[in-house]
Amino acid sequence: MAVATIPVRRVLSRTVLYVVALAVLALILVPLVYAVLGGFRTTGQIAERPVGLPDPWIFTNYLGTLRSPAFWRQVWNSTFIALATTLLILPLSSLAAFALARYRFRGREAIYTFFTIGLLYPVVAATLPLWLTLRDLDLLGNPWGVILPQVAFGLPLSIVILRPFFRNIPDDLEDAAIIDGCGPLRFYWHVMLPLSRPALSTISVLTIVGSWNAFLLPLLVLTRQDQWTLPLGVNNISTQYGTDTALVLAYTVLSIVPALILYAIAERHIVSGVTSGAVKG
Amino acid sequence: MQTQSQPTRVSQPSAPTPSRRPLRGAPGYASWPTLAVLVLPALVVYGLFVIYPIVQSLRFSVYNWNGLGPLTDWVGLGNFVEALNSPDFRAAIFHCFVIAVLSLTLQLPFALALAVLLNQKLAGRGLFRTMFFAPYVLSEVVTGVVWRQLLRPDGMVDRVIETVGPLIPGVSEAAVQEFMRPWLGDPGVALYSLFFVLTWKYFGLHMVLLLAGLQGIPSELKEAAAIDGAGPWQAFRHVTLPLLGPTIRISMFLMIIGSFHVFDLVWVTTRGGPVGATQTMATYLIDFGFGRNRFGYGGAVSILIFAISMVLALFYQRFVLRRDVEGALT
Repeated sequence: MAVATIPVRRVLSRTVLYVVALAVLALILVPLVYAVLGGFRTTGQIAERPVGLPDPWIFTNYLGTLRSPAFWRQVWNSTFIALATTLLILPLSSLAAFALARYRFRGREAIYTFFTIGLLYPVVAATLPLWLTLRDLDLLGNPWGVILPQVAFGLPLSIVILRPFFRNIPDDLEDAAIIDGCGPLRFYWHVMLPLSRPALSTISVLTIVGSWNAFLLPLLVLTRQDQWTLPLGVNNISTQYGTDTALVLAYTVLSIVPALILYAIAERHIVSGVTSGAVKG
Repeated sequence: MQTQSQPTRVSQPSAPTPSRRPLRGAPGYASWPTLAVLVLPALVVYGLFVIYPIVQSLRFSVYNWNGLGPLTDWVGLGNFVEALNSPDFRAAIFHCFVIAVLSLTLQLPFALALAVLLNQKLAGRGLFRTMFFAPYVLSEVVTGVVWRQLLRPDGMVDRVIETVGPLIPGVSEAAVQEFMRPWLGDPGVALYSLFFVLTWKYFGLHMVLLLAGLQGIPSELKEAAAIDGAGPWQAFRHVTLPLLGPTIRISMFLMIIGSFHVFDLVWVTTRGGPVGATQTMATYLIDFGFGRNRFGYGGAVSILIFAISMVLALFYQRFVLRRDVEGALT
């Protein structure tokens, strides 16, 4: 008897697990599929029959968006800001983390603690005074007014991720490098950086995704429409053409394609990034 | 990290060289100019865009100031008193608390259950994990715009409820109709609708964290529990759950802090409305400080948000996370 019941119970519990997993999967997918398919309908079709395949398929929303110079302008602005932020954060955080990890000097721990304060200071609480600082520096209405604060607010987490990584690289390597006549900077460039590629990729991917999705800071800083990033464009389309659901959905779907591609390529880095960030965060 | 317990102690050189000036090029030593080249660029950017604004906001928060001209109208702690007495700001704090409590009581168990589920040997679990985590990569703006379309009257959500509702035994057509409401337009439910959308976006993050924690638990321990006669539930309750404690506490911490900083999603869906029912501390700051050119007042609200987050974080680290930090890895 017992021999027979165990498999039955296992099959049953397996089935329950799959049903639950598939139900949650549906909960995730339905809104996304709705958005993608909605872009292929007219707004009238969405109102009449939001479920099922579009009939007929309408391509004007997607094509119209892809032909719109404003959309490509925003793609470019988002890309530029994300890449510039990343290309600045990598050297700044790795140089600082290198010094804080490998060298003994007076005030080292104080400087490290100083950086970690930033982990507790949310960008939302900072926006108002930050906006005034940017105004004084004449950086409002300038992409660098988004890039530089993003770099500054990204430094704490990057340093916290990198410092233990640099620490764990054996001292023997440093001894060898010194014997070979390497100074600190060459040691950093030729030994530390190549060995830290996983941590550096994680930071890059997290920075790019964070910057691509950023809303509040660009909203307050990028005053001119030709400087807008995609989240600002999506928000604008959705408030200005709120009744043209199909257009809003097409625009939104196209805006997330780059983020989804990045996720498909670099899922491992994103997951390890949020996990290692949280351990300390 | 060994310095965690004594964060203020400055490390003294402990190298074998007796002279005050260590050998040029010895490991662990670099000249001051080299150190400056390494650390200063980061310090300058960080100081200018993170620390300097904090200090500035402390300064102008005691003035009545519209952001232009000199600081002349000194009001002392008036801005702070006004904020703390403002029903709108109090409501905003309360809404953040509601989101935090709901996250801890609903979103966390949900994420934990799915983490346990995906920790089983399940065909396609890698795909499930990828899909469950995917909303985390979408921006809150995109999430908000899509869900606003789904939740609007006569939208997709309404259609689904109208179709599925009457199929549930004991639920009449009339009861379903009575249940229907404008999910983002009714002050009584808008906050809960937003919480639902936040859960949709963020449970994957916590599931991934908890899954990593689960995978760090040696399977020998569960096997030992099974040999000792523990059923699956007992093994979970007395072996897995205690060992998962540190990860759960980190998830709780991120949820609480996250709840206090919600902005983007609310701004694109309800802008804090209807009638302030979904106002959060951040939307209040933008609406009442920035939007009304009350920079002194906004500075005070900024500091209050910072202070509330800081107190929570420190309290949490002191009393809940401390056990984990002692002898921890980094």
